[in-house]
Amino acid sequence: MIITNSNLKIHNYYKWLQRNLFSSWINSFLTIIALIFLYKVGTFFLNWTFFEADFRYNFQGDLITDRILCSKNIVPGEYGACWAIIFVRWDQFIYGFYPTEELWRVNLTFALLPLAIVGVLFDKIPFRKYFIYFTFIFPFFAYYMLYGGPGFTVVDTNKWGGLLVTLFLGVTGIALAFPLSVFLALGRRSKMPIIKSICIMFIEFIRGVPLITLLFTANVMLPLFLPDGVSPDNLLRALVAVTLFQSAYMAEAIRGGLQAIPKGQLEAAQSLGLGYWQTNRKIILPQALKIAIPPIVNTCIGLFKDTSLVLIIGLFDLLGIGRAALADMTWTKLYYEVYVFISIVFFIFCFGMSRYSLYLEKKLKTDNS
Amino acid sequence: MSLEQVIQLEKVNKWYDDFHVLKDIDLSVGKGQRIVICGPSGSGKSTMIRCINRLEAHQEGKIVVHGTELTNDLKNIDLIRKNVGMVFQQFNLFPHLSVLDNISLAPIWVKKMPKKEAEEIAMTYLEKVKIPEQAEKFPGQLSGGQQQRVAIARSLAMNPDIMLFDEPTSALDPEMIKEVLDVMVQLAEEGMTMLVVTHEMGFAKTVADQMIFMDEGRIIEQATPDEFFNDPKSDRTKLFLSQILNH
Repeated sequence: MIITNSNLKIHNYYKWLQRNLFSSWINSFLTIIALIFLYKVGTFFLNWTFFEADFRYNFQGDLITDRILCSKNIVPGEYGACWAIIFVRWDQFIYGFYPTEELWRVNLTFALLPLAIVGVLFDKIPFRKYFIYFTFIFPFFAYYMLYGGPGFTVVDTNKWGGLLVTLFLGVTGIALAFPLSVFLALGRRSKMPIIKSICIMFIEFIRGVPLITLLFTANVMLPLFLPDGVSPDNLLRALVAVTLFQSAYMAEAIRGGLQAIPKGQLEAAQSLGLGYWQTNRKIILPQALKIAIPPIVNTCIGLFKDTSLVLIIGLFDLLGIGRAALADMTWTKLYYEVYVFISIVFFIFCFGMSRYSLYLEKKLKTDNS
Repeated sequence: MSLEQVIQLEKVNKWYDDFHVLKDIDLSVGKGQRIVICGPSGSGKSTMIRCINRLEAHQEGKIVVHGTELTNDLKNIDLIRKNVGMVFQQFNLFPHLSVLDNISLAPIWVKKMPKKEAEEIAMTYLEKVKIPEQAEKFPGQLSGGQQQRVAIARSLAMNPDIMLFDEPTSALDPEMIKEVLDVMVQLAEEGMTMLVVTHEMGFAKTVADQMIFMDEGRIIEQATPDEFFNDPKSDRTKLFLSQILNH
């Protein structure tokens, strides 16, 4: 018999199935049960989300402006999700209560954000140096764009909301926490007892307290530490809490990386006459951070999701906006649509970070061999 | 001796918690002297030379290098480290930097030398250790012997007066030992002051002008190689030599 290439492939495929899914009666039984389960859940989800769902118009072709116009509310049991709530309130989900005529400023900032991050994430892109320069300019640019200043109307942060607040807290929190966490991690390993104990106390205190407590504390206590009449806005208070929280976790991830560097590296640097900061900057940190990136990304994923807790101090992040939408009498009871949408948005960002972390792990393995 | 004294140790004592590693060490090294230190493991020989550039701190006694006493004063420590190079058993090259960057790093950051000049110096020393063609590679791509030669070049690029070698060939495969020893012999011929902890007795016979035998934290015997190998005074030295020469 002549075995062609495609024959061989099919043969291999068949072998794989037999070996992994149908190797015994029990295995075959479980495989079939699992397939049935996947089929049921999958078809239900796809029908509900796409095939039987309303997007902007219901089955009669009317534009949905109220939940009573949703197909599933006209013919109960026949139709799936009613995504009209997302479409109608899209601007709120993304920008909060940001003035409509100024939305382009947010859009521009969103559009430039990837350019600001790409230089940090990937080390082998062309013109990386310029991307890194841009990374340092971007925060000032973003502040000017989002908040306003000379030439632009000031948009107070209580008008910010939705994905804008979520991304602002996530990205800024991570960016500010990073340098702080490097100092905390170094401080925790310092030979100077006072610095060491301050860092340990800070890290252990923050890690021992739930983020919600920190958010409440920042909200209530921060004004007490500031002179009378100075009242930082709510978003800034939340940012302080989020940054401190993240820095403690990141510091521990970095400390893990520092511990993995052999003592000989430090000794070699010292014997060449390099000082403490030079040794850390040139020798220890570049190696330690590389090792610590996967756990750092892990803490970032955690933080990004935790930003949704700010709704309890009255900020309208993505989740807060969703809940506000549900409180609207026109759209009330469309819980599934709102929460599924919010989950999908969070998932996209967190999954992205997770894939990036995996990519790095693979890259590190090949780099070090 | 009429030689200028560059290193002096007086009654140096050191403990790791309860463990007494160095006991009343007295040692004086003249400019250009080549001293080979041997002894069983745990005898304190590595600790002794690591005290000379303050990778370890001693608790009692006095260590003076180039007239500067080693104390907790960071300025003195920096000053001494600039003039004292060290080569380690495990090479300790910086794996994230290329060979050239490994060597030019300290001249650039410690001596504030312009990058271009530092790299030229780095190339000179790479030629001296006979691997200029490896300049762009990373330490992980080199053999052990090549890595150790880069480590020597890295130390030399700081233009030290004294070189400390802490078992430089112990981590090497036998066929690579010679290439490293050759570089060290060449260095000795050029008049470098060297303190070498090693068990390479052939090397010791060729280059050493003083042999030191240490055991249990003490200097047991100090002599010229001729006396040391042919007429050792202490029984402990005799036993050690018989073990090491007949293995």
